[in-house]
Amino acid sequence: MALAAASAAAQAADDQARVWAASCAACHGTQGRSAGGIPSIAGLEQALLREKLLAFKQGTLPATVMHQHAKGYTDQELERLALFFSQQAR
Amino acid sequence: MTTQWNRRTLLAAAGGATGLALFGCATPAKPVARVVVIGGGFGGATAAKYIRLWAPEIEVVLVEREAAFVSCPLSNLVLGGSARIEDLTTGYDTLQKKFGVRLVHDEAVGVDAARREVRLARGDVLRYDRLIVSPGVHFQYDQVPGLESAEAQARVLHAWKAGPQTVALRKQLEALPDGGVYALHIPKAPYRCPPGPYERACQVAFYFKQHKPRAKVLVLDANPDIVSKKGLFLKAWADRYPGLVEYRPNSELVSVDAATNTLELQFDKVRAGVLNVVPPQQAGKIAQTAGLITTNKRWCGVDWRTLESVAVPGVHVLGDATLSAPGMPKSGFMANNQAKVAADAVIALLTGRTVNPEPILANTCYSFVSDTDVVHVASVHKFDAKENTLVTVPGAGGLSPEANAAEGIYARAWARNIWADMLL
Repeated sequence: MALAAASAAAQAADDQARVWAASCAACHGTQGRSAGGIPSIAGLEQALLREKLLAFKQGTLPATVMHQHAKGYTDQELERLALFFSQQAR
Repeated sequence: MTTQWNRRTLLAAAGGATGLALFGCATPAKPVARVVVIGGGFGGATAAKYIRLWAPEIEVVLVEREAAFVSCPLSNLVLGGSARIEDLTTGYDTLQKKFGVRLVHDEAVGVDAARREVRLARGDVLRYDRLIVSPGVHFQYDQVPGLESAEAQARVLHAWKAGPQTVALRKQLEALPDGGVYALHIPKAPYRCPPGPYERACQVAFYFKQHKPRAKVLVLDANPDIVSKKGLFLKAWADRYPGLVEYRPNSELVSVDAATNTLELQFDKVRAGVLNVVPPQQAGKIAQTAGLITTNKRWCGVDWRTLESVAVPGVHVLGDATLSAPGMPKSGFMANNQAKVAADAVIALLTGRTVNPEPILANTCYSFVSDTDVVHVASVHKFDAKENTLVTVPGAGGLSPEANAAEGIYARAWARNIWADMLL
């Protein structure tokens, strides 16, 4: 029961992270696979993505726009985005 | 609206639907539902692709009147001379072949929401379970005395929908003698692409500076001030194009004399070698026909969790046609993001899943101040249940510190990526 509930919650979470992540695709490519010129983020390690997104948000990683976008998300939302993109095929 | 559609056209359309097998690869034998999308621009094409990507069990029919998509973003570069219209053009083949979207080259001319049917110009009727309308903008020429006729409109161009008009305006600029004046009239906000007119002033100045150094760009703005990226554009004009660009706020248009290329403003008359009038805009025509317009007889109110019309159930509206949420620009980027929220919600509504209660959308608008250097404005928009709308997240978003070439490279890459995200 608990397992089923947890998995149902994970599924629901995935659907929400998926549509949030789709926003990123406007620059980084569908499902994070870039058509060129902007980094692909599909299939990168979750820890690396998480670290970068949080560093953009905190302003410790210089950027042209990512520091401005990252500030629009809670840390938890950024973690779910990192997880989502880490699960996409490269 | 109540249109009587006969059984034969309905059957013809149903027969057409079996033609799906032709594109067939990804479409299941028995789709669980059919979504019809009107308009294959940034909103509609993205919605069509993402529904098929996320829910291949749903059939998607995209109605588009043009043979190929031509991007408005980057089209000012055609005027400046650093891009060709072909560079901005993408076909619909991949959307059909790779994603199994059924493309219908026709124009939607009517919607019967009670019967859930769309009527096409050639007479066919398409049934839908949910309808997505992404019609872009319609120019309100009835608000521009002197530009009502097709002849006048062919002479005084808008070039505010990329395509033949963009190329024609470039030719007019090429034909302008050195020392001539290019005058651009900007309508009161809201209009499609808030920074677009000021980027256009930069691009025309960029062209003049190289080829017609004595020519002049005159920006006649109906607004009281520069609508977007003010400091960045003023700096670009002062540093890069000194003496070339003149900006006049509060220039409300009274009438146009297309025969003499003369603009009558409230307090002034301006005659120009090339006159470029961006007309005031409203939601695309089918939105009006379908009863989707809810505000100021211009824009379509939507529920921002689903993009479903607040006027007509079962119909979702995307892009420039919507009554924008606070701080939300009418941009291709926004339309692309809205399309994904709508695609997810439409799938949820058709399959009995809960609709995502908190959409998050983002926007980055790049503007070219030369052939290489770019400025941006960015924002993040989150659904606020109390306000029942999308609101900009405080502290997020912002502007470029100054025009720079790194963002010029990103801007061109962004364009390639978003075109691919909608069509490839």
